[in-house]
Amino acid sequence: MAIYALRKLAFFLGAVFVASLAIFILIRAAGGNVAAIVLGKDATAEAINALAHAYGLDQPLPVQYFNWITNMLQGDLGQSFRTKESVADLVTARLSVSVPLALSGLLLGLIIAIPVGTYAARNVGKPSGAVLALISQIGIAVPVFWAGILLSVLFGVKLGWLPTGGWVDWRESPIGAIRSLVLPVLSLGLIMAAVLIRYVRSAVLDVMNQDYVRTARAVGMTRTQALLSVGLRNAALPIVTIVGLQIAELIGGTVIIEMVFSLPGLSRMILANVAAREVIVVQSTVMLIIIFVIFVNFVVDLLYGVLDPRVRNAA
Amino acid sequence: MTTSAKPHAIEVNNLVVSNGDVTAVRGVSFTIPQGGRMGLVGESGSGKSMTALALMGLLPMGWNTHGNILHDGVDLVTQSDKALSSRRGRTLSMVFQDPLSSLNPVRRVGDQISSVIRRHTGADRKVAEAQTIELIKQMNLPRPEQLVRAYPHEISGGQRQRIMIAMALACYPQLIIADEPTTALDVTVQKQVLRLLNGAVRDRGSALLMITHDLPIIAAMCDTVAVMYAGRIVEIGPVQEVFRNPRHHYTRGLLDSQPTMDNIALDGSSRLVSIPGMVPPLHSLPTGCAFNPRCPAATDKCRETMPELGSNGVSAACWHPIQTAGEVAAQ
Repeated sequence: MAIYALRKLAFFLGAVFVASLAIFILIRAAGGNVAAIVLGKDATAEAINALAHAYGLDQPLPVQYFNWITNMLQGDLGQSFRTKESVADLVTARLSVSVPLALSGLLLGLIIAIPVGTYAARNVGKPSGAVLALISQIGIAVPVFWAGILLSVLFGVKLGWLPTGGWVDWRESPIGAIRSLVLPVLSLGLIMAAVLIRYVRSAVLDVMNQDYVRTARAVGMTRTQALLSVGLRNAALPIVTIVGLQIAELIGGTVIIEMVFSLPGLSRMILANVAAREVIVVQSTVMLIIIFVIFVNFVVDLLYGVLDPRVRNAA
Repeated sequence: MTTSAKPHAIEVNNLVVSNGDVTAVRGVSFTIPQGGRMGLVGESGSGKSMTALALMGLLPMGWNTHGNILHDGVDLVTQSDKALSSRRGRTLSMVFQDPLSSLNPVRRVGDQISSVIRRHTGADRKVAEAQTIELIKQMNLPRPEQLVRAYPHEISGGQRQRIMIAMALACYPQLIIADEPTTALDVTVQKQVLRLLNGAVRDRGSALLMITHDLPIIAAMCDTVAVMYAGRIVEIGPVQEVFRNPRHHYTRGLLDSQPTMDNIALDGSSRLVSIPGMVPPLHSLPTGCAFNPRCPAATDKCRETMPELGSNGVSAACWHPIQTAGEVAAQ
């Protein structure tokens, strides 16, 4: 297992390195003169040069890349050109919105999808199974912003139970923060669930017909016990894979949900900074998100090794 | 039915297994006494495995069982999955064909065995683990203390099948069903595994239902044999008698198509014969005797009316049973 984990760690670090190069090249090298872009087309040559010098933008690109990486490793993500705020501070403030949103959305999706998908698999060919498959199909077809608007209209406008948008900071009122997250999490979670139900259903259907589930019954388990204790344990592998792949979808979903519910999250911050041509802020935050996605896949790989002895031996 | 003083390990009456469209087992009856050993032979698709799965209550979704399966004082056909599950692995158990796909790939083999013991005997973990080690020793497996910690993919095919046998025998069942237990194994270990199964079944006094298409295995391990064709038993009787004087033309064909040193000639002039034609698909069986299109002795009667076991005073479902040399001489 240790060798397996080390290999996966090396792969993780390699992937992060390649990603950082790609971002740097796309945003900096391909983007032209950063200082000129930041200052706009009316800026004088002196002003541009002064800004470039102040931020080290006049140095050769490999040196800039090296500085960016070494600073990142020390926790310095650079600072905004306009407000001079440090990117690290900007990001941390936003994470208190985005992380609970994304994780709760994913968790809710799983909590719904695993039992419902299992039920759908057990009732395949029966009306109840078909209805669930249909609902899941509709859920996949519904765009996440539409789900958000519908929920917001129902619970926010018609029933008035929850805020239709906006944000109350955790320090101000934890309950207020949770209340403003309920509808966004629900929208994200339901859409995630719709997608995941299909995968859970097919994973469970697949293991249900495996010989080892039959063996579990042959030595004394009921159909349900065999499915839950032997089947689901084996179905966990394909489900974990899909969850890993869905992380990118999840982040895309939070961008939209943060817009619909006007939450001050990370995604909205990036969009605002793209519009404001805050190159450094965008570059560092996008890098952070990419590291997160690669990290999740690293965790998924490790989970694989934990869940399946065949995987960790093969490595 | 169960009027005899000593109850049978299993008594099957007119078993029918169907899924609405197709009937895989069409009225099968047999009994195996306590400690008895019956072989069930037939080609693929003859209904042997479906019969076994029906006895265990492990038929795939959509398949139904009719008739009676009397075992341990109850009719298994009428039992719920929950009631059956308390018997499976305890009073009747099964060894499957492919031990690799039949063992849980993500669980240590020792845990798979000890969980069966704990489930049925209520033994605590320590006791069950000690019993597991003991069982593995009985299976002639090397280094039991290490082996219990192995996963199925880490051990050989023969070892896996011994683990399967250990699981099936862990609770001293009255009846063990072995469905082609050596087909997936290397030829070199087949004999060892069979010898082990044979001894372990004998030591426990369990009855055995051995399903195979390998007639020498039946001859070596069983006292009775039932020959299945297209979902029915076409001949049943003591192994020696059936193999020496087969009454049904299908049994004769099966015996003739077994390769032996006598009928395989290295110069290519093989005397090995095969049964002409193919097993009929279950959804379009011929009328009368299902074997009639392939049978050398078929007459119009065979094409019209289905023979029953004993129709002609012999334990074969045939209108024109093969006569023994003695019978021919007597005429």
